Amino acid sequence: MAALFNTVPRHEPRLMLAEPMLSMRGISKSFGEVKAVIDVDVTVYPGEVLGIVGESGSGKSTLLRMMNLEDTPEAGSYHLSLPDQEERNLFTLDRFERRMLRARHIGIVYQNPHLGLLMGHTSSGNVAERLLIAGNRNFADLRSRARESLQASEFPLERIDARPRELSGGMQQRVQLAKAIALEPAVLLLDEPTTGLDVSVQALVLDTLKRLQQERAITMVLVSHDLGVIRTMADRVMVMRRGRVVEQGLADQIFQDPQHEYTQQLVHAKL
Amino acid sequence: MTLKDLTKPWAAFNYGFLDESAKRELRRKMLKAVAVPGYQVPYASREVPMARGWGTGGLQATLTLLKPTSVVKVIDQGADDSVNAVSIRKFFARVGGAVETEDTQKATIIQSRHRIPEEKLREDQILVLQVPDPEPLRAVQPDMSIAREMHGDADYGQLWLVLYEQLVKSGRIIQGSSYPSMVNGRYVISPSPIPRWDVKKLHQADHLTILSAGREKRIYAVPPYTNVEPLVFDDVPYRVEDHQDKTCYRSNVTGFFMNELPQDDGSSRHELSDSHFGVKQIRRNEGEAVEIAKTWYNNGRMD
Repeated sequence: MAALFNTVPRHEPRLMLAEPMLSMRGISKSFGEVKAVIDVDVTVYPGEVLGIVGESGSGKSTLLRMMNLEDTPEAGSYHLSLPDQEERNLFTLDRFERRMLRARHIGIVYQNPHLGLLMGHTSSGNVAERLLIAGNRNFADLRSRARESLQASEFPLERIDARPRELSGGMQQRVQLAKAIALEPAVLLLDEPTTGLDVSVQALVLDTLKRLQQERAITMVLVSHDLGVIRTMADRVMVMRRGRVVEQGLADQIFQDPQHEYTQQLVHAKL
Repeated sequence: MTLKDLTKPWAAFNYGFLDESAKRELRRKMLKAVAVPGYQVPYASREVPMARGWGTGGLQATLTLLKPTSVVKVIDQGADDSVNAVSIRKFFARVGGAVETEDTQKATIIQSRHRIPEEKLREDQILVLQVPDPEPLRAVQPDMSIAREMHGDADYGQLWLVLYEQLVKSGRIIQGSSYPSMVNGRYVISPSPIPRWDVKKLHQADHLTILSAGREKRIYAVPPYTNVEPLVFDDVPYRVEDHQDKTCYRSNVTGFFMNELPQDDGSSRHELSDSHFGVKQIRRNEGEAVEIAKTWYNNGRMD
């Protein structure tokens, strides 16, 4: 894994001067009595990887679900920097617009591949479905783009017509990834993408993610409870606890010099 | 005043077998189905003296449309003379006083399963199709309530996905019947188990088509002059069965949908699937002055 940091040239330093690609303001969400997310702001800049760390129940997955427009908060706004959507709070979109926006501009990789894949359909078909929803009706084009996308996620091409249920966990994650990046999304959401994989496969999948990120400068939001994963991937880190952001900053800063008590515990527990 | 004065005189059954409230419901549901082409309207499927799955949906629709001047034709797999077709037709005559016919042109109501007649239907005719499974999404989404949401969202990507995988696996689309088709650019329907050959006949047709599923309790319609487009890829054209150059061994007619009859020597012969159309052709060949209407397909082509 050490080699990958040298093979591909790093992009220009990603300064926070650009227009944010994703911005959420004042997000609050509760489930009955439980306040899952309390007044959270998220900003992600183009080409950057934002890591969100926190223990179970800290609200990180709920936040990601809202970024994927699967859920609506009680309060808050959500903007993506897209040519036609810049002014709109995405939470005000109707069901149909949400679905189209999700299909075209948001990619997601779930921890559980059953959520993201049609297990009974072929792997290439799973990728093609994304393109079909976006309106592509050309068989040859669907076929070649599905293949390209699977190739980009380093999926073995001789198995592109195998069903995900016949594949290993790591492969299933690669199919999910291929599906997510098939339409070059504005933002790629990763919900514990490598949890549940063994360490060597985890390293390979992270390797692919890293390479993709560097080649295509995809904007990513990575949710994980695994600090190792966050440290490998993220440029910036947000630490969440009990629905609030307790600390955020550059990855090195968070890991080397954690300020908040909880972050300190977290970092030291890991190291 | 006695109770007897207030009630209707006793009769063995109501006109058209179904009671008036049932027919009223069905008429309202049919109107709704016509107003929203391709949308599956739920209805309370009644008991009829026939087992579910044998055409009870079509039967109820036809009974509702029936009037004493109706002329009814019933088709089963293209034939007018199968047991099922004959008994349904006789039933209409008995409970509604309808005239029975085998002639597509003379009929006002045509109830059918598996086929649409080869002769073009007119504006004053109604085609009632019996549907075993009205849900085109059944194969990809077993949960009916989610399937209904998908219809609401026009979320039909997975239907194309099924076709995509057929192309990947077999090199061609192998969906033989119930070919999913987009009605009026909005709802995808399963056009009942008619062959691909017949799906094109629904597009911009002169007649009204009512599709009714008795067991599944759903009714939907293709109104006259409505677009019905089979789902296809831009680069893979829709293809009907290869019956263009098959010749019927009884009537010597070529270019229509055929039944294949396997022979003892391993070869096969073909006969016209639309049986009365075949009868008319034979009678014409024998010199009788038989009137045959325009057909949808000419020389095996439709355009």
